[in-house]
Amino acid sequence: MGTSELLRIVAFYVFALITLVSAFIAVFYGNILRSVFALLFTLFGVAVLYLFVHADFLAATQLLIYVGGVLVLLLFGIMLTQKMIEVNIRTGRIQFFPAMLALGVMFLFLLFVIFNTQWNIQGAANFQETTSLIGRLLMTDWLLPFEVSSILLLAALVGAVSIARIRRVQQ
Amino acid sequence: MTLAPGLYHYLVISALLFSMGLFAVLTRRNAIGVLIGVELILNAANINFVAFSYYVTHNLGGQIFVIFVILLAAIEAAVALAIIFAIYRLFHSVELPQVNQMQG
Repeated sequence: MGTSELLRIVAFYVFALITLVSAFIAVFYGNILRSVFALLFTLFGVAVLYLFVHADFLAATQLLIYVGGVLVLLLFGIMLTQKMIEVNIRTGRIQFFPAMLALGVMFLFLLFVIFNTQWNIQGAANFQETTSLIGRLLMTDWLLPFEVSSILLLAALVGAVSIARIRRVQQ
Repeated sequence: MTLAPGLYHYLVISALLFSMGLFAVLTRRNAIGVLIGVELILNAANINFVAFSYYVTHNLGGQIFVIFVILLAAIEAAVALAIIFAIYRLFHSVELPQVNQMQG
């Protein structure tokens, strides 16, 4: 095992740890603003995990759309709906123990499935230049979902605006 | 399960993220906290897709699927926030236990 290979393994574990710890903070921390900032590190960590399986285009997409788009949307949502000056933005929990049970049961079940299935592991794939390959696939094999998703985006845009707009009281 | 990162590492990370996301969805009182949980669940699914595409199927179908999932997550966040704003105007709060009546 060479030094670079060792470095790669260490980096994988570091970023996996960052992902999981910040996800833990995002879920269990009381302050909703801090959990959004913890989610930033989770999404970043997941992007790095994508890089380890040669999904470079997806890592960039994850950073652009999640960190640049969804996270900013969530922050706007918090700032527009919480009275930050008057009340502190801590939020409580409901049904803590049933949810804890659901978490434990679900996680153990997933572990059971993961380690009891004979995965058909083929070894690491040899992806190169996934960006151009993905572009080709989107324009050939996956053209219909690609076009449908553009219509879906338009529909969501119109729908979100019409839901969020302030209706005049009719009288 | 060896030390070097493999399929099992990705599956376990994704299982942990999924369980924590489920927990957030079930326990958060704040609607935005629930959205955070949903994003975690979607990311867990994405990690699985990418890992299987790399270690098992050896084609890029999984990665393309992830692109569509990210797209749907963005749409979902936009529409959900529009709904949250509408709820906030009606109830002056986004604490979900307080949102307990429909217009009738």
